[in-house]
Parts: sequence; C-alpha cells; structure tokens
Amino acid sequence: MFAAWSNSISTPIGGAVGDGFIGLFQLWLGRAATPMERLLEDLLLIAAVFLPMVLLIAMMSIWWERKVAGHIQSRLGPNRVGPIGLLQSLADGIKLLLKEDLIPAGADQLLFRLAPYLAFAPVFAAFLVLPFGPNFIFEPRLNVGVFWILAILSVEVLGVILAGWASNNKWAIYGAMREACQMVSYEIPLGLSIIIGVMTAGTLSMRRLGELQGGGIHTWLIFRNPFVFCAFFVYFVASLASNKRAPFDLPESESELVAGYHTEYSGMRFSFFFFAEYAAMFVISGIQVSLFLGGWNDPAGYIGYASHQWMHDPQSHKLALLLLNCAAAGMFVAKCIAIVFVQMWIRWTLPRPRIDQVLYACLKVLFPLACLLLLGAALWQLLVSERPGVPWVDYQPYQWSAWQSAPAALVVQGILALLGITGIAAIVGWIVHAVLSAKDVKKRLFQIKPASHVETA
Amino acid sequence: MMMALPPVGLEHYLVLAAILFVCGVLAILLKRNAIGILMGVELILNGANINLVAANHFAYATGDGKPLLTGQIFALFVIVFAAAEAAVALAIFLNYYNNFSTIDVERASNLKG
Amino acid sequence: MNLSPHGLIAAISMGNVLFYAFAAMIACAALVMVISQNIVHTAVGLLFTLLGVTGIYFLLDAEFLAAVQLVIYVGGTLILIIFGVMLTSQSQRSRLGPSLPQVMVALTLGAILLIALVVAIHHVTPTLARSQPAPGEYPMDLLGQALLGDALAPFELISVLLLVAMIGAAYLARGRKRSNENSGSRTP
Repeated sequence: MFAAWSNSISTPIGGAVGDGFIGLFQLWLGRAATPMERLLEDLLLIAAVFLPMVLLIAMMSIWWERKVAGHIQSRLGPNRVGPIGLLQSLADGIKLLLKEDLIPAGADQLLFRLAPYLAFAPVFAAFLVLPFGPNFIFEPRLNVGVFWILAILSVEVLGVILAGWASNNKWAIYGAMREACQMVSYEIPLGLSIIIGVMTAGTLSMRRLGELQGGGIHTWLIFRNPFVFCAFFVYFVASLASNKRAPFDLPESESELVAGYHTEYSGMRFSFFFFAEYAAMFVISGIQVSLFLGGWNDPAGYIGYASHQWMHDPQSHKLALLLLNCAAAGMFVAKCIAIVFVQMWIRWTLPRPRIDQVLYACLKVLFPLACLLLLGAALWQLLVSERPGVPWVDYQPYQWSAWQSAPAALVVQGILALLGITGIAAIVGWIVHAVLSAKDVKKRLFQIKPASHVETA
Repeated sequence: MMMALPPVGLEHYLVLAAILFVCGVLAILLKRNAIGILMGVELILNGANINLVAANHFAYATGDGKPLLTGQIFALFVIVFAAAEAAVALAIFLNYYNNFSTIDVERASNLKG
Repeated sequence: MNLSPHGLIAAISMGNVLFYAFAAMIACAALVMVISQNIVHTAVGLLFTLLGVTGIYFLLDAEFLAAVQLVIYVGGTLILIIFGVMLTSQSQRSRLGPSLPQVMVALTLGAILLIALVVAIHHVTPTLARSQPAPGEYPMDLLGQALLGDALAPFELISVLLLVAMIGAAYLARGRKRSNENSGSRTP
C-alpha cells in the first residue's frame, strides 16, 4: 500500500508521500498530487492545522494546570475570564504581547533573541510524527518516528543553555547549566526505556506501532511483558525530569526568587519558553501513549478492526475513514490528556528534591534499573514465544486459535492487562471520589459559623 | 532561473562536503581559542560524513537487491568517534586552562626554543 | 523542455530547492564559524552547520543517521563543547584575532585546497554514474542486521573505545589545581 502511493521523488521531506494526510488528499481528488501541490498541502497543513493545534494545546494546558493546581490546593483557580476561566490563557497571551520588549544591555543581542526559538522549534517539529490516527500522521514515511522525537527534543537543551548564557546574568547561567546537566543526564534512562519498548515492538515507525497495538487492550505494548510494564514507569519519571517538570523543576524555582534560565526574558519571549514546556509535555505524553499505551486504539480494538476492513477499499469508504480517523485522534488526545493530568497532579503534590538528589536518582537508580529491564526484556523475547504480527491483519486477537502457538504470552498479557485495567479503574475511582468529596469541603468552608466563642471588648 | 539548474547529483554533495572541509581547515588555522580549533575538527568530520553518505546513496547497490549500507555505517562510526574525541580533547583543554590560566593556543610555547 | 507554467513548476524538483536551502545554511554557518571572534557565536554556527547536515542526510534518505546526528552531535558533542566554553571562558578584552599574515596564509591555503578538491571532484564524478536506481528508503532492520552482522567487530570495539574515552576524560578532567593550592598554602 505504501509503495503503490509513493512515486519517484525519494526525499521524505519534499512532500509527505504515502497514506498520511496526502493519502486522503489523493482519495478526495482521485489522482496523485504533483510535488508543488504536495508542498502547498504540507504548508497549509502546518500553518492551518498544526501550528494552531500546538498553540491551542499549550494554552489549554496552561489553563488546566492552573485549575488543577487550584483544586488540589483547595482553591478555585482562574474563574473570572470566560466560563470557568477558559479564556484566562488568551488574556495572559494578550498581556504578554503588549509588554515592553526588554533586552538587558549587557546581553548578547543575537543569541538572546535566538534562544526562545531554539527552545520552541524542536518541540513543534516533534509534532510532525505524532500518530493521531491511522491516516492522520503528517509524515508517515518516517521510518524512525520514535527516535526522531527523541533526537529533536535533545536540541531543546541548547535553547536553554543559550538563553542562560545570553542573559548576562549569574542566576540565569547557573540555572541554565544545572538545567542542561539534568536534561542531558535524564536522556539516558529515557532512551533506554524507549529502546525497551521498541525492541519489544520490533519497529521504530509510529504508524506501525499503532497498528501493532490494534487488537484490544491485551495487545498494548505495556502489557506485553512485565519488563516493558516497568519500563513505562521508568520512562514516565525520566520524561518528567527531561522536560523540567516538577518535582524536577529546580532551575525554575530553586534559586527561588529568580527564574533560572529565563530570568531576563519577559513578554512574548518568555511565553515561547512557556509554550515550549507545555507543548513538550504533550509530546512526551504522545510518545508514551503511542509506544506503550496503544496509540490511537481503543481498548476493545474496534478502531484497528475497522481500519483494516476499510483500508482494503479506501475509495468507497472515504467518509467512514475520515470519521474513524477523527475518533482515533480523539482517543489519542484523550489518553495524552490523561497522562498530562497525571504529570500536573504530581507537580502539585510532591516536594522538590535537591540537584544532587536529582542526579543521584538518575545515575544510580533509574539508569541501572533501565539496564536491568533491557536485559530482562531481551531475555524474555528470546525465551518466551510471542505472537508476532499485526492484529486483524496477521491474526485475530480475540480467537483462541491464534494464540495457541504462544500461550505463555497470552497468559502474561492477560494478567498484565487485568492489572492495568484495575489500576486505571482505581485511579479514576479515586479521582471521582476526590471530586465528589470536595463538594462537601466547599460547602463546609463556605458555612458561616456562629460567633458564640468570640469575646466582646 | 531554477529550471536551468540540473538535478542535484553526487557532484553537488561532494562539493558541499569540500566546502565544509575547507571551512574546517580554515577554522583550525585561524582560531586562537583551543575549543575553536576543536570545532574546526568537527566541521572536517561532518564534511567527511556527507561524503560517505552521499557516495553511499549514489553508488551501486549490492547484487542481491538489498540497498548498500556501508557508507551509512561508516558515517555512524565516525559520529561516535567524534563524540569520544571531543570528550577527551575537552578534558585536555580543561587541564591546559587550569595550568596556563588561558585557553589561547598561542601561549602554548613552553617547548619552543 | 516543457516551458509551460506547469512544466516549470514540475521542474523545480523539491530535492533541488531543499538541497540548495540546506547547502546555503551550512555554508553561511561555516563561514560564521570561521570569521567570528566570539567563541559562543562559533558554537552557534556549529549548531546550524550540524542542523544543515541533518537536513542533507534526510535528503539522502539516511533518516536513522540524521536522527543519530541530532542525538549525538547536537545533543551530546555540541553541549559538551559549550560546557567546555563556559568552563574556560575568558574576559572579553583579552581576545585578539589572528594577525594579518596568518589570515593571508590561511586564506591562500584554503583557496588552493578548495580549488584542488573541486577540480578533483569534477574529474572523478563522471565515472561514478549510478547503474541502478537509488533506493527510496533504507529499511531499519537491514541497518540493525548490518551492525550486528558485517560490522560487528567495529561495533564492539567502539563500545570499548567509548568506555576508554569516558574513563580517560574523567581522569584527565578531575582537576589538580586544588591540590597545588593546598600544598602551596602549607608552606610557612
């Protein structure tokens, strides 16, 4: 299917060929697109869909962070601008735009201006390979999807260092160096846990990862073997630190009065760093979801089944495929939002460790753990017979006969899947209980107690 | 104007690699900061890598239909070597800085005369 | 030659435009590196050179190598270099550029080298005509099999090399000036 829709131009950047968005473009037009049309299509997609989407995600994340922070701290968060404060981020954006553009006199003029873009551009580029649906991948031909995201996120460190250095400010450079040290150190367990997932799946391509997990919740990679299950949590912690999220947000609040590497930045330049952080939160959630948690697939596996059925004859199922992709995108975004919520939850709950404790955790706890998990996952693949292949295409995931060659794998996956479902149900139940009991707290806090015990003068 | 240019071939990539190489040599010759010289070496290595990967792309494929990968593997090893070499070189420069209080290579003339 | 607008547009192959864009970025960044007297500007020039080379690798279908270049070169070596720059930074007033005779000699050498290389390239490339069409992609599993098959010896040796380099660099950079100061201060 790939080869049938690709043509002689062999550059992957020169227009997404194959069945990404352009696949749908070809469907609707009925003919292959010329290079310039593909380029225009790509530019239109980036300008009209991706950039607004990234900025909207960042804005909504900022609003939601403040609401979550408020409710965890028994207060309300923004609730004045717009219904439940939804327009607060917009108001903040307008305010930041109108601020004075202040550049310190001793700062390096060129690098001070360059650093916010160096921090934001890699995160935006990482959105190119996030798989929002079976046909909703901007560049599906990129064989190295997961690795590309890891690679491009390591360019963000340079933005941080240059911002700190160019500010001509002791606190800034101090914070920037610690920041860079932390981000670079945590890339090691990050990369190792990604390797564990990739090794279990056998592919780096985001699209294929989504297809491999399309057979229902027991085919999700996190439940494939216990080592990948633990690797998910190692990845989660490492990604928190790599994204300078709490509890690893030392450089932003350790020199508690000043803000670390973005001390001297104000107005729109500061908001670039802010957007970069929240967009990066979404990107790393996207990696976790697509690598471990099933990507765009629903727990029952219906999206994978329908996609396989309808992709046999795409021309006659245009509308159905579009709706299916929208549903898949909704599922992907919902899972990402759930993980972003957990990240925010952790930020406002856990205290902040020192920098030496942060690096201790990385190099003496997470890194050996990740190495051991890698060894375990490799041995598991050698010793336990697995059910390879894409669900619905190579085998039927809900039929007993498909699993007879790999019964141990089915048992392990089933147990882990049950564990996962129980865990998710427990967390959701806990959150619901908290929300319900908070209503009592609010009512109790607003009651006016009779002042019988107050002495009058 | 653009249509007069021929399609990009091996020659273009090799010329680009040559430009990078020459810029690297110039950086080594012209920089007084030791780390600037190290960056010149990185430029040279990148030029060599472009050479390898371009030759790999434009060369004959192997007989059994599988694409040729030698150039890419070679370039991969060069990248890793460059990282190791940069680490050791920076350690040496740090020692030099600690002993001479300067990173200027023009002052490294203790063995002269 | 098809001179209608559609033909013109079709002739602007994307590979052409992107190659010249990345080549321009690389050339400008390398030039900035050579000319600049500020070491951090030189490092930023190296950053853009490396990003341009990543783009070139993508144009040559070497996707894995491009990602590796980003992770190791930009996310590792360049950060190491910038850390080194910060640790050995000097006051601004002590930086003098190279003297004029040095610049003239260097430019002459560079020009001779460039001309020699370009002439050699022109001389050699007609004989390197491709006999089979370029592969559209390099499958990842082939690369993995090659690394653990044909290139297994260098793969293992390079891991030993990295270990040696790590130990050597850590030993060399452990800082002995403190002990000198201590021994100096103990003399009465």
